[in-house]
Amino acid sequence: MSIIQIKNLSFAYEKQKILDNINLDIEERDFLAIIGPNGGGKSTLLKLILGMNSIQKGSITTFGEKPKKNLSKIGYVPQNTNVNTDFPIKVIEVVLMGHIGTKRPLFGYAKEETMCAMGALTQVGMKEFAQKKIGELSGGQRQRVMIARALCAHPQILILDEPTSSIDVDGQKQIYQLLQLLNKTITIIVVSHDISVVLEFANKVVHINKRLIYHHLTQEEKAELNQADHFCEVNFFNRLKG
Amino acid sequence: MLEALSYEFVQNALIAGLLVSLASGIIGSLIVVNRMVFLAGGIAHTAYGGIGMAVYFGLPIFLGASLFAVMASLIIAFITLTHRNRMDTFIGLMWAVGMALGVILIDLTPGYNVDLMSYLFGSILAVSREDLYYMGGLLGVIIFIITFWYRDILAVSYDSEYATLRGINVKFFYTLILMLSALTVVVAIKVVGLILVIALLTIPVYIAEKLSNTLYMMMILSGIFSSIFTLCGLGFSYTFDIASGASIILISALSLFIFLLFSRLRTL
Repeated sequence: MSIIQIKNLSFAYEKQKILDNINLDIEERDFLAIIGPNGGGKSTLLKLILGMNSIQKGSITTFGEKPKKNLSKIGYVPQNTNVNTDFPIKVIEVVLMGHIGTKRPLFGYAKEETMCAMGALTQVGMKEFAQKKIGELSGGQRQRVMIARALCAHPQILILDEPTSSIDVDGQKQIYQLLQLLNKTITIIVVSHDISVVLEFANKVVHINKRLIYHHLTQEEKAELNQADHFCEVNFFNRLKG
Repeated sequence: MLEALSYEFVQNALIAGLLVSLASGIIGSLIVVNRMVFLAGGIAHTAYGGIGMAVYFGLPIFLGASLFAVMASLIIAFITLTHRNRMDTFIGLMWAVGMALGVILIDLTPGYNVDLMSYLFGSILAVSREDLYYMGGLLGVIIFIITFWYRDILAVSYDSEYATLRGINVKFFYTLILMLSALTVVVAIKVVGLILVIALLTIPVYIAEKLSNTLYMMMILSGIFSSIFTLCGLGFSYTFDIASGASIILISALSLFIFLLFSRLRTL
C-alpha cells in the first residue's frame, strides 16, 4: 500500500489555480524528487501533505488517514534555513524542537529527549556542534541541523523543500549522500531545482507545473544521465513530456 | 547620596527599578527575538487611553492601564494573526487613537489635572507600596510562565511554522507573549514613561543578545544590564537633579554605544 496517496487534487489561491488534478502515489522507501518551475505549485503540494494548507478538492491520505493525523510520522525540513540567524539558540535546542513532546517533563527536556537529539546530530555528522550557536554555522551545516531536527521524532517520511538552495556544490553533494543513507530506512521526498543532483539519487521523479507529469527513471536513463558531462535540462523536460 | 537611601520613596524607587528591570529584561528578550518592538510601542501608547479611563472613572491607574493594554494586545494579536500585511496600519491607528482617548478623558476629568508628563516620561519617585506588590506579582507570574512553557515559547519564537507542525498552539503562545508584553509595558511606564519604554525593552536586550548562546541566558543578562542601567540612571538623576526616566535611557544608550565600539575594536 502507498504511504502517501494523492487523488484528483486541485488547489487555488483565491482564483488562481496552483495545482490541477494531481494524482500521485508514494511508496515506502521511495526517494521522490519533485521538480518544476518557481510558482509551479511544488511548495503548495508539500504544505498540503503536511496539513498546513487545507484541502479544497480531491484528497490526500498519509498512512491511509488525513494528513493532520500523522504529522508525527513525517519529518519536515523547511526551505530557508538562513532566517533568524541572530537568534540566541544552541544547535541542540533547535534539534530538540523536533520532539513532539508526548513524554515531556514538568520543566525543560527529558533525558531521553536530549539523548535522542544527540543521536540525530550524530547521524548527520554534527555532534561536535551541539553546543554552538546556530548563527555560527555555515549554510550546509545549518541544513544538516534541520535534518537532525526532522529525524528527532523518528519519522517514516522525510520531506525537504529545496534543501540545497543556499549551499555550495560540495555541501550539496554531501547532503544528498546523507539523504541516500537515510533512504535505507525512511521514505524521502525532495523538492529541488538541482535537477542533475536529484536525478543521481532519486528513484522517482515528478515534474509539477500546475499539472503533474510522472516519470520512472529506468536504469539506462540513469546511467545515461550519470555519464553525460553536461546535463541538459531542456532535453530532460522534453523527454518527460514525450 | 547615601542619606537618600533612608527615605522611603527612594527605597521604593530602587526596588521598583529592580523589579521592572528584571521583568523588562525577560519580556524585552521575547519582544526582540519575535520582532515585536513596533507592536510593543503600539501597546504602550494605546495604554495611555487606559490611564485616561482610570483617571476619569477614579480607578487605580495600574488596573485601568493594564486592562486597556491587555485589550490592545489581544486586538493586535488578532490583527497580526489574520491580517498580517495590514498590521502596521492598524497598529499606527490604535497608537494614535489610544493617546487621543487618554488626553480627552483626562481633560474631561473634573478637579485636579493629572500631570501628563509623569506618564509620558515616568515617575519612579512616586511609586507606592501597592505599586511594588503589583510589580513583584507580575514578575512572579512572568517567571512562572517562562519556566513552565520555556520550550514551547522558544519553539514559537524561533520557528513558528515548525512549532505548528509539532502540534504547539502557536496562536495561543503568540497572544500570551503579547499579553505579558502589555502588562510589562504598563509597569515600565511608571519607571521610564510610555515614550521611553521601548528603549528600556530593547537597549539592554540588544547587548544581551550579542553575548548569549541561549534565550534564557539572554533574558538573565538583559535583566542584569537593565538593572544596572536603571540604578545608575537613578543615581545620576538624584545627583544632578534631572529627570530619572530620561537619565536611565541615556545611560543605557551610552552603554550600548560603548559596547558597540568595543566589539568593533575587538574584531579589528
